[in-house]
Amino acid sequence: MPAPIRLRELIRTIRTARTQAEEREMIQKECAAIRSSFREEDNTYRCRNVAKLLYMHMLGYPAHFGQLECLKLIASQKFTDKRIGYLGAMLLLDERQDVHLLMTNCIKNDLNHSTQYVQGLALCTLGCMGSSEMCRDLAGEVEKLLKTSNSYLRKKAALCAVHVIRKVPELMEMFLPATKNLLSEKNHGVLHTSVVLLTEMCERSPDMLSHFRKLVPQLVRILKNLIMSGYSPEHDVSGISDPFLQVRILRLLRILGKGDDDSSEAMNDILAQVATNTETSKNVGNAILYETVLTIMDIKSESGLRVLAINILGRFLLNNDKNIRYVALTSLLKTVQTDHNAVQRHRSTIVDCLKDLDVSIKRRAMELSFALVNGNNIRGMMKELLYFLDSCDPDFKADCASGIFLAAEKYAPSKRWHIDTIMRVLTTAGSYVRDDSVPNLIQLITNSVEMHAYTVQRLYKALLDDISQQPLVQVASWCIGEYGDLLVSGQCEEEEPIQVSEDEVLDVLEGLLVSNLSTPVTRGYSLTAIMKLSTRFSSLNRIKKVVSIYGSSIDVELQQRAVEYNALFKKYDHMRPALLERMPIMEKTIFSGDGIFTVCLWSVFPVLQANDLLDLLGGNDVVPIIQTTVPTKPASAGGELLDLLGDLSLTVIPPMTAYNKNGLIIEFTFERSNPNPNIAVITIHATNSTEADMTEFVFQAAVPKVCSFPSCILINLLFMSWCIGT
Amino acid sequence: MRFMLLFSRQGKLRLQKWYTATAERDKKKMVRELMQVVLARKPKMCSFLEWRDLKIVYKRYASLYFCCAVEEQDNELITLEVIHRFVELLDKYFGSVCELDIIFNFEKAYFILDEFLMGGEIQDTSKKSVLKAIEQADLLQEVLIYCYIDQVDL
Repeated sequence: MPAPIRLRELIRTIRTARTQAEEREMIQKECAAIRSSFREEDNTYRCRNVAKLLYMHMLGYPAHFGQLECLKLIASQKFTDKRIGYLGAMLLLDERQDVHLLMTNCIKNDLNHSTQYVQGLALCTLGCMGSSEMCRDLAGEVEKLLKTSNSYLRKKAALCAVHVIRKVPELMEMFLPATKNLLSEKNHGVLHTSVVLLTEMCERSPDMLSHFRKLVPQLVRILKNLIMSGYSPEHDVSGISDPFLQVRILRLLRILGKGDDDSSEAMNDILAQVATNTETSKNVGNAILYETVLTIMDIKSESGLRVLAINILGRFLLNNDKNIRYVALTSLLKTVQTDHNAVQRHRSTIVDCLKDLDVSIKRRAMELSFALVNGNNIRGMMKELLYFLDSCDPDFKADCASGIFLAAEKYAPSKRWHIDTIMRVLTTAGSYVRDDSVPNLIQLITNSVEMHAYTVQRLYKALLDDISQQPLVQVASWCIGEYGDLLVSGQCEEEEPIQVSEDEVLDVLEGLLVSNLSTPVTRGYSLTAIMKLSTRFSSLNRIKKVVSIYGSSIDVELQQRAVEYNALFKKYDHMRPALLERMPIMEKTIFSGDGIFTVCLWSVFPVLQANDLLDLLGGNDVVPIIQTTVPTKPASAGGELLDLLGDLSLTVIPPMTAYNKNGLIIEFTFERSNPNPNIAVITIHATNSTEADMTEFVFQAAVPKVCSFPSCILINLLFMSWCIGT
Repeated sequence: MRFMLLFSRQGKLRLQKWYTATAERDKKKMVRELMQVVLARKPKMCSFLEWRDLKIVYKRYASLYFCCAVEEQDNELITLEVIHRFVELLDKYFGSVCELDIIFNFEKAYFILDEFLMGGEIQDTSKKSVLKAIEQADLLQEVLIYCYIDQVDL
């Protein structure tokens, strides 16, 4: 049997393959050879074969049949075997396979091997992929090695311990004694890994954290030595002495100083020293400064130090290196809440970053800009942000638009400015605006009473230009439906009123209905808008015609609306004016982010006239005992109904007996919900005053669909006990 | 550090080191996805990006991309230095390292990495120390210490 081909030979051969198929063929052939070699238990070449298998695994081919072979290699006495075996174990095995537990014994033996490089292999494997069971079994060995004087093994044991703690946090306690004099080591490897170990322990356990606080002076001393000491060729990186260790110490100091005055006080000086003395021309120096800034911001540092930190970040923003700018923006975002004023000073630089070419930087700058917007800078900031919205990538537009809406809502200097800003967003990024913005905007517009004419005019003009952006179209249709009368009568004060006729307006709305660009939701908006105009315009016939056409629309939603509106024209014409009245000022009530407007109930109320209630119940021969409340405001276009609209501090509707016949008494009581006065609660009491039982009592509730918002009518059925004879 | 990947401009994987337990198919999926994202980056863009819930730090050296996934609290700038240190180690070991060296001697590249990092953290900050350890281990491989059948080369 010829010797199996060498690893490098195989690599060379496979690389000559010109197609994927050719490569696969070569691999399969070699795999077959390797498999038979494994079957023959060939000890000499097992190592070579597994190495080849690992190469093929890296190319993406299955290599699971080599798992057991790795274990055999680990168990071998030859160093090459062990080296490849452990590598194979780390690449092919993981804790999901039961096979991996077989390694435990081998690792245990190797941890006690006479050669430190073998011990190193075992520690490395355990520290990279040891499962919780393995860690539990071998923690004792690791702990022993943590106390050895051999720095080569000590540093590895420390990192292995970190892994053990991550896998089995309960074992943390057992490593405590060994940490006693870890920091007095001179060897940088041990120092570095010890700091990592201490960091891990402090992060996981508040007790450990308090215990290790006493190390702060020692850590400060080590850091000081690193900075002050002369050139050390072994640890030097671009003129800085062991930056990796410096960064790690700074991170540990951060954890120890957080929330603790004394520790923060003790590290104040060294932080200032590092912040001012570190060389910033290379990435290394900036890496240390970055870590320092993070530490200063997290601990209880004095204000002078904090300002120093923010200024460092400000300088970072001006750095040519993109990475530094990115890191600065990220850090500023974290600190903007706590040190708002300090960050504000760098606002112009941050806004400049909006024009950066790098996507990650742009996103950070955008988030930070929104965080910095306040009442004073809103106008200037909004100009920049709107410009950014125009030119940014589509991925950003949705977030940017939402951010602009939020900022505008909070800090708008005037209603006109607010409406203009919204218009600008809708026209430039209209299709990216989030769906929930549409009801929010509508609410905003409704509540800006004096701007109605201006708003509807601007929206109408925007529609003439472009009907492809659905959110814009939806808001515009809604407004035209509501305020179409203002549009046609040319009442705009803010700008030159346009001359437009009822027919022209209806043309536009009908255009939306038939356009291919309109989504079903948009069509719904348009149809409802047209319907509303029936009470505001005089061209009733045209509207009736449109509505009846859509009664046979394929779109079920549209059809249903059209049919209901048709019914309004035919059978319920007396209710139409009230139903289609102007919307009142709405208060936004937030229900876990749904934005359901419960105030819509107010518009439902006009329908529940006494007569209609009786119609619902079916009884026609009862005299209603109700009192109509006289409206305190002038009657709206609807007429003399229970006008509950407009004024939120209204009187309550008195209770009424809706039905009183044959012993069955049905009473309606009305009250405002206690936690939320915008919700009206209707309670129906049904009482049986006879001695006999009443059977087949059927409760049906009919809810009229009125406006384009989801209404919220909850029906709570509380069955009260039948009162017999009371 | 969660994992480190080395891959070529053509999307060929040259080295993968995972410091967390991940299923094989998840690894493959993540590698494929991440390679796509990183290879799509333009040369002037910054070396950091967000991917899933991790921060990715990558740097291109000649034809190879060195790509590390670090956690939220890790310092990206020092990770760049970690990558650079690894490249320096490879360079010293192979003598002006190029992609071919890493292709043909991938197991040695792993040995160097495993001597430099463990569990995603640096074991030794001294370049000299790491290289010396590798050298000694290589020597051990050469010397016939054990009295079993003769050791063969890979």
